[in-house]
Amino acid sequence: MSDPHIVSSFDEELKYLMRRVSEMGGIAERMVGDSVAALVASDAGSAQRIIAEDIILDDAERDINERAIVVIAKRQPMAHDLREVMGAIRIAADLERVGDMGKNIAKRVVAVQGSAQPKQLVRGLEHLSELALTQLKEVLDAYSTRSAVAANQVRQRDDEIDAMYTSLFRELLTYMMEDPRNISACTHLLFCAKNIERIGDHATNIAETIYYMATGDRLLGERPRGDKTATVMASGH
Amino acid sequence: MASGMNFPHAELTPNAEQATDHGAAELAQRSVRVRASDVSVFYGAKQALFDVSVDIPDRAVTAFIGPSGCGKSTFLRCINRMNDTIEGARVGGKIELDGEDIYDPSLDVVELRARVGMVFQKPNPFPKSIFENVAYGPRIHGLIRTKAEAEEVVVSSLRKAGLFNEVKDRLHEPGTGLSGGQQQRLCIARAIAVGPEVILMDEPCSALDPIATAIIEELIDELRENYTIIIVTHSMQQAARVSQKTAFFHLGNLVEEGPTDKIFTNPEDKRTQDYITGRFG
Ligand SMILES: Nc1ncnc2c1ncn2[C@@H]1O[C@H](COP(=O)(O)OP(=O)(O)OP(=O)(O)O)[C@@H](O)[C@H]1O
Ligand SMILES: [Mg+2]
Repeated sequence: MSDPHIVSSFDEELKYLMRRVSEMGGIAERMVGDSVAALVASDAGSAQRIIAEDIILDDAERDINERAIVVIAKRQPMAHDLREVMGAIRIAADLERVGDMGKNIAKRVVAVQGSAQPKQLVRGLEHLSELALTQLKEVLDAYSTRSAVAANQVRQRDDEIDAMYTSLFRELLTYMMEDPRNISACTHLLFCAKNIERIGDHATNIAETIYYMATGDRLLGERPRGDKTATVMASGH
Repeated sequence: MASGMNFPHAELTPNAEQATDHGAAELAQRSVRVRASDVSVFYGAKQALFDVSVDIPDRAVTAFIGPSGCGKSTFLRCINRMNDTIEGARVGGKIELDGEDIYDPSLDVVELRARVGMVFQKPNPFPKSIFENVAYGPRIHGLIRTKAEAEEVVVSSLRKAGLFNEVKDRLHEPGTGLSGGQQQRLCIARAIAVGPEVILMDEPCSALDPIATAIIEELIDELRENYTIIIVTHSMQQAARVSQKTAFFHLGNLVEEGPTDKIFTNPEDKRTQDYITGRFG
């Protein structure tokens, strides 16, 4: 932790941004977890609540942006203070998108309701979301400790999600080919899987932002890219 | 709270590389116009500057920043030997201008001060006409002999200082009748008139309003095409805006120097961080 600023209200403003970002992180995490649970349980009521919650994240992001702009105009922050403010803006944008992903999954709950969902596909989706939620949780922990090391670890693990997503994609495709009546439900599940995979990408973005906030340097090099669905064919047959 | 910790990169996996250059490569290409090696300054028994070594790049703006009393002006005054005029001041170490030791006994100090001009905090035009303010230096240095030559130097210096259009109809009115910002540009014209290589500026904008300050900053940016500029400023933002290199002084020591973009986004030393971010040291 660094020393306090001579102007103490500057510290208050930075703390406010940090608190708001952490709050957004908690809400986004919950929305994603709940939306997948609602999908698995076909719980339309819970899905509705999640959809309504999204506005909280939109408002929080707008608030963070407005406050950050005032801080920049008023304090002209330098060095890690500046990185702190820029980081809050960027992370808020990523978390807002994570919320959108959760909302999108929740919206599909009603659509897949009633249609037969093969257990193993649902379990695959749950597993994928567990991975994404772990990434999200750990990157939010890295944010609160400003740990470049932890942020880098999160970034390194993104390929696990990508690999899992690719295999799930393959399974869904196979399932659809087996019986065209599955296509509608499977397409929705496919979009859900894609949404979860993108949550992993946002966690990676956040990790890169945290690394920059903590060190002032950028993480270089291709990050692990495991989404190979562009070339995937249905398995089996 | 923001953490000032620097994480050792060794802990990180190999694909976490140091990425940002902050204009270091560009600075490294420039030749060195002024080189200070282990410069110390004493005022009587009191040491004000401790073994300062720094290279000042050619045709660039170098900013000196640091808390009041840290020795910025003291160091600046070493570069044109203004400390010679201060009773009891003693300078140790070496300062080279174009590779030449400026404290060499055979060096002509008057000529040195023509090569290394200075602009002060408070605009200080002579109580003479605008024309005479600019013509005075070149005349005493024997650079101009005829009235036509004087006119040429005055006009071109005022132009370079971005003042000519504002004063061309009143060149023979007193310089002290100009606004603060105009007076400061008159002082810059006066410094330019003797054909310096280096221009030292000690808080040149601290008495000016934001508009006059912006005009001087714009001027500094133009002047760096042809001159090596060193500016002392208490405004972090000004240092960040006008300079390519920044040196941070603290208690008579040069703590950190480097490309300006680096110093203001990612300084290495905790004292630099604390100072530029407005924290208690
Ligand atoms: N003529 C002098 N005689 C004795 N001590 C001096 C003299 N000039 C400066 N000092 C001392 O040397 C130290 C450095 O002073 P200097 O004026 O170089 O600081 P500075 O960084 O320019 O400060 P400021 O930002 O306030 O202009 C201070 O402790 C000051 O008191
Ligand atoms: Mg001074």
